[in-house]
Amino acid sequence: MNRQDLKNIIAEEKNKEELNKKKHKICVCCGAGCISSGAEEVMKKLNEEIKTRNLENDIEVIPTGCMGPCSKGPLMNFLPSNTIYQKIDCTNIAAIVQNQVIEKKPIEHLLLFSDSREKTFIDAREDPFFKKQLKIALKDCGYINPERIEDYLIHDGYKALDKVLFEMTAEDVIAEVKQSRIRGRGGAGYPTGLKWETVYKYVNDQKYVICNGDEGDPGAFMDRSVLEGNPHRVLEGMAIAAYAIGANKGYAYIRGEYPLAIKRFETAIKQAKKFGLLGTNILGTQFSFDVEVRIGAGAFVCGEETALIASIEGKRGTPRPRPPFPAESGLWSKPTLINNVETLAAIAPIINNGGEWYNEIGTPKSSGTKVFALTGKINYAGVIEVPMGTTLREIVYDIGGGVQNGEEFKAAQTGGPSGGCIPPEHLDVKMDYESLVSLGSIMGSGGLIIMDKTSDMVDVARYFMEFCMDESCGKCVPCRVGTRMMHDLLQKICDHKATQIDLDRLEELAVYVKEASLCGLGGSAPNPLLSTLRHFRHEYENRIVKPGENIDHFNQLKYEQALHTN
Amino acid sequence: METDTVPLVKQSPKTDPRIKLIAAKIKKENYKPDALIEILHTAQNAYGYLPKDILAFITKELRLPPSRVYSTATFYHFFSLKSKGEHTCLVCTGTACYVKGSQQLLNAIENGFGLIPGQVSPDNKLGVQVARCIGACGLAPVMVLDDEVHGKVKPEEVVNTIKEKISTI
Repeated sequence: MNRQDLKNIIAEEKNKEELNKKKHKICVCCGAGCISSGAEEVMKKLNEEIKTRNLENDIEVIPTGCMGPCSKGPLMNFLPSNTIYQKIDCTNIAAIVQNQVIEKKPIEHLLLFSDSREKTFIDAREDPFFKKQLKIALKDCGYINPERIEDYLIHDGYKALDKVLFEMTAEDVIAEVKQSRIRGRGGAGYPTGLKWETVYKYVNDQKYVICNGDEGDPGAFMDRSVLEGNPHRVLEGMAIAAYAIGANKGYAYIRGEYPLAIKRFETAIKQAKKFGLLGTNILGTQFSFDVEVRIGAGAFVCGEETALIASIEGKRGTPRPRPPFPAESGLWSKPTLINNVETLAAIAPIINNGGEWYNEIGTPKSSGTKVFALTGKINYAGVIEVPMGTTLREIVYDIGGGVQNGEEFKAAQTGGPSGGCIPPEHLDVKMDYESLVSLGSIMGSGGLIIMDKTSDMVDVARYFMEFCMDESCGKCVPCRVGTRMMHDLLQKICDHKATQIDLDRLEELAVYVKEASLCGLGGSAPNPLLSTLRHFRHEYENRIVKPGENIDHFNQLKYEQALHTN
Repeated sequence: METDTVPLVKQSPKTDPRIKLIAAKIKKENYKPDALIEILHTAQNAYGYLPKDILAFITKELRLPPSRVYSTATFYHFFSLKSKGEHTCLVCTGTACYVKGSQQLLNAIENGFGLIPGQVSPDNKLGVQVARCIGACGLAPVMVLDDEVHGKVKPEEVVNTIKEKISTI
């Protein structure tokens, strides 16, 4: 298939869409969250309802990816009015169809957020939850059927790939990405354009592009939403990256815990191949690119790039020292580019609208938007996308609707086991890479967990340390032994058996582990501990046994003091 | 992990359709050693765990040292060398579920069935496991019974939900 064929197909599809345009479109959210709440049954019931009412010519039902407010699922969005209904179950579908479609009077008490907001909106986009958001990576999620490439093509899909192949050289593409100043969305925030340029400069007949979809942070599901909601966007990003660096083979490494994402991504690959958008001589050019899915097997450390490469090679997922960086010697010792799902999802809009457009969004040092998975003790949990620099307060109170049960906000945890906690006094922090680091946390992949007073910060630190201890691959000693020692000390504090000496030792150990570990897992494992110590030190101190305070611990205290003096 | 090593390669019954499935997968992957994890996935899905003679079979087919296959199989959480029970109850302990009380669910399960994560009931009916995060955080706390995701689970209901599931089949 060449360029003209594709253009014809798109024109034909648009024509078909125009001809068969039905009065109503009903998007049913079929993201993993809504499916777990029963979206598939809702979909079946809705189709039956439409059939019995003979409305098949008026209503089109589209199964879509994630719409955002996952905790309110299953969700149903009526287009063109953008009226979203929440918590649909099989009993109220008939009433909704009757009122919304036939009588054109929405049922107020079933609208999105009607159970908690004072005012609901017929057009859901007016609601602060959506109004404060800016969707770039997630733009078409919730509006298109992720299992149909035609839907994506009508929504300007693969337009960027087309532009790149026929109008731009590899250098142009890299320059455009550099100009957008997008930074890696996997957590570390390394400038993407720079990474591409480095790989581009290594001369080799074989290079690889890897899409890192091993979203291991507990409490994070942004990549899942992107992969499930619009897999073609990621695929297009990979193809553009491959063109820019000169690769002809790509791997998408997706967590085994995400069967739906794997299925949809594999479907997307098949369809793209059928349309000549993947494979040899894409759109009739000299450029060839093929993608294979690799399924993760449940190891957190495989999100680290060298461990991920080992895993793709079919080995134990253990990291190796860098340099050489994967850009020079990665998969099978060839130059390899590794980008996160979300980074790749932002590439097509950058090419379509220009790097400068993306650069103007967000803050001077962190451009663009960031997808967050907002969860925990928050009223409206779900997936959101906001411009960089949006304050935490806006996210928690405007978008998230505040802390559950009207409780007071205690902390927000970002960055998963590699990140830290943000206390209430920093609610006005701007969510960008630098501001979060200055508070002792990190941007991370985008998990944002809200905690109220029921969360005990020492136990939170212990929880994350336990996670790192379990997930440490065991290759280097500081991480393997250090995380266990720190966990045991934290457990001791939780059990009210620790003394000041233990706390001092914990802080000392944290620095060693941070400095001496081989990869990012160990290097960032002490972060939750250090950040809770920084902002919630009193909680630790309240747990500590003071000298002579409890006779049970007296002997241990003496023993430890003796150890120290020797 | 049991202490004994992988037994020497022994012929598995050719009639077992699951072996054929694995053999087909190995063939599809062109006997490439780098597809080991993919093949282990197939075996794990077919058997529910990785029996040792199956590991030996894969070792032989891929011409890899047993140590390589064994070390890979034991490294990843997804693979298990022990049977997980007829029904599996998987409690998510990701951060969102942790904040929303997944520990209470585990306590309730321990009180109701006497099982802690990693254990299988003596009659092999029920196995309890924990997951690090299944990515359904909006519905926390989450439990997966066999392949069915249950969201917003309450500790007082969890035992009955599991009992119903076990008795249905």
